[in-house]
Amino acid sequence: MKRFFKRNAPAYVFLTPWFIGFFLLALGPILASLYLSFTRYDMVADPRWVGLDNYEYMFERDRRFWKALEVTFTYVALAVPARLAMALGVAMLLDKGLRTIGLYRAIFYLPSLLGSSIAIAILWRQLFAADGVVNQVLAKFGIEGAAWISDPDTSLYTLVVLAMWQFGSPMLIFLAGLRGIPRDLYEAAEIDGTSKPRQFFRITLPLLAPVIFFNLVLQTIEAFKTFSSAFIISNGTGAPADSLLFYTVYLFNEAFKFFRMGYASALAWVLLLIIGFFTAVTFFTSKYWVHYENERD
Amino acid sequence: MAGLTLRDVGKSYGGLSVMSGLELDIHDGEFLVLVGPSGCGKSTLLRMIAGLEEITDGTIAIEDTIVNDLPASKRELSMVFQSYALYPHMSVRKNLAFGLQNMKMTKAEVARRVDEAARVLQIEELLERKPRQLSGGQKQRVAIGRAIVREPKLFLFDEPLSNLDAELRVQMRVELASLYAKLGTTMIYVTHDQVEAMTMASRIVVLRKGTIEQVGTPQELYTRPANLFVAGFIGSPKINMFKATASKVADGIHISAPEFEDFEVSGLERAVDAVTICIRPEALALDGGSIQVTAELALVEYLGSEILLHAKLPSGAMVLLQTSGKEKYVRGQPITFGFETSDVHVFDHNGDRVAFTHEEAIA
Repeated sequence: MKRFFKRNAPAYVFLTPWFIGFFLLALGPILASLYLSFTRYDMVADPRWVGLDNYEYMFERDRRFWKALEVTFTYVALAVPARLAMALGVAMLLDKGLRTIGLYRAIFYLPSLLGSSIAIAILWRQLFAADGVVNQVLAKFGIEGAAWISDPDTSLYTLVVLAMWQFGSPMLIFLAGLRGIPRDLYEAAEIDGTSKPRQFFRITLPLLAPVIFFNLVLQTIEAFKTFSSAFIISNGTGAPADSLLFYTVYLFNEAFKFFRMGYASALAWVLLLIIGFFTAVTFFTSKYWVHYENERD
Repeated sequence: MAGLTLRDVGKSYGGLSVMSGLELDIHDGEFLVLVGPSGCGKSTLLRMIAGLEEITDGTIAIEDTIVNDLPASKRELSMVFQSYALYPHMSVRKNLAFGLQNMKMTKAEVARRVDEAARVLQIEELLERKPRQLSGGQKQRVAIGRAIVREPKLFLFDEPLSNLDAELRVQMRVELASLYAKLGTTMIYVTHDQVEAMTMASRIVVLRKGTIEQVGTPQELYTRPANLFVAGFIGSPKINMFKATASKVADGIHISAPEFEDFEVSGLERAVDAVTICIRPEALALDGGSIQVTAELALVEYLGSEILLHAKLPSGAMVLLQTSGKEKYVRGQPITFGFETSDVHVFDHNGDRVAFTHEEAIA
């Protein structure tokens, strides 16, 4: 043991900053929140152990928890496929061999760079406000637009559109994936008389499956964690009529508005389990639809 | 089966012309090999015939039908790619069937053709495997299978053997030749390997920098190369080349080269002055020939059935001899060898062949 440490001492010295970061900033808070989720804690008095009370309340009596789940699931179900489809579409356009591909890549990536920023959310609120730019444009065509953000029926969809618009990073990954598909395969298909849609479904999609899988996992996790845009657009309340009550917004309010830290910790752990579950399901199903060219049998 | 006609075919990218004025008639049922060094335009030409690359000038006709504007799928041809281009996510069976499914064929007919191709190519036991589970040679066979199931009028091969190791290449060469004998379909085959070209072709087209240098049977190209480039490109080991001067005599030409004593070749068809003379390594006979020279042996390559001797002439020029026999050769030993004047190929200062009447007998 002593020899082991002696021999590896330099490695551990170099790893120290990471260890400090991991234990103090990651593992510590994670374990603390797990403990807090079994307590009642308002940040003033000491945490009081309540066992499974928080979880029981969450599942059996808290209607807003279920509402937050509904909003979040709806958002994930719509925003993830929409963003991935948009990203793949744009990547395929860019893959057609534009000369100025670098420029377009940068331009298309821009919304993603700004995406999670507060400024974009505020801009989005302006765009979709009752007298916002979207409605002004629609008015030019004689269409009376809805009050997109203040109407509970449409508010969530404005956020789905925002998510679609932030397709930059999955697009770049798709583009790299498309570049990796040998041109020969398309030429062989061309000679065989394969139509473009059939080429897309029978060649492009299957060969892109590992990249789709990667993007799907990443984007699903990200969508479950969506916070700042929903928080800004709903003024931090989840309004109108809780239609923008994203899970994270609800969690934030429980923690930092009502100082129910114990309950908020329980909410956080449930979200972690939900994300873990969906990621596991995606991984499990992947063996049926993801083909890796280099895998060994 | 189909013949193919190329008339004044040209190709340019932007303003850069890479091919122009190409004229070629490919006969029905012929095995035509396009050969040339890399960058000579052979693959581009094949891709233009396939319809994967547009032609800038001229016309390409398959069986008298001009196909310039016809998409690749309507040209009734199949192509085998250098990379095999097998769909990695599909089994061999699906790879073979994929193209047929576009042809609105019944399932039974698709299955019949796939099984037939698998039988011909002896890949029946591989049908359920994925391409990654195949060796290079097996992949190549599947790629050929994918081409033959469509029963096309024309086969195009783009350097199909260049990814295989030497032994497998020889084996596949034989298999391709027997496949051609069996199918009798017109085949156009691109390679940079002149041995492949010589062994498989009915006719060879030698290309350089986007122009045709010579078209002919392997024997014609070997015995009567039209120019220095073809003389140097066709034939392995490579032909010996020497600079010489020539002067007209009675009915022939008097040649003086620093390497050899002067000699005359009769039956000259036109007057020349500066020339290059070429002699194939196997035309140089040890202790034989009417024109003899002594040189110092610089390197010996034993190839089993034959021996290559690299010798240094008194002028300093190197010469290569090909000989058989069981004699032992030692570096540095003097050797005497010679050649017959009828075995000398003469090229003028432009590199074009100077023909002699005696060559008619050879050709």
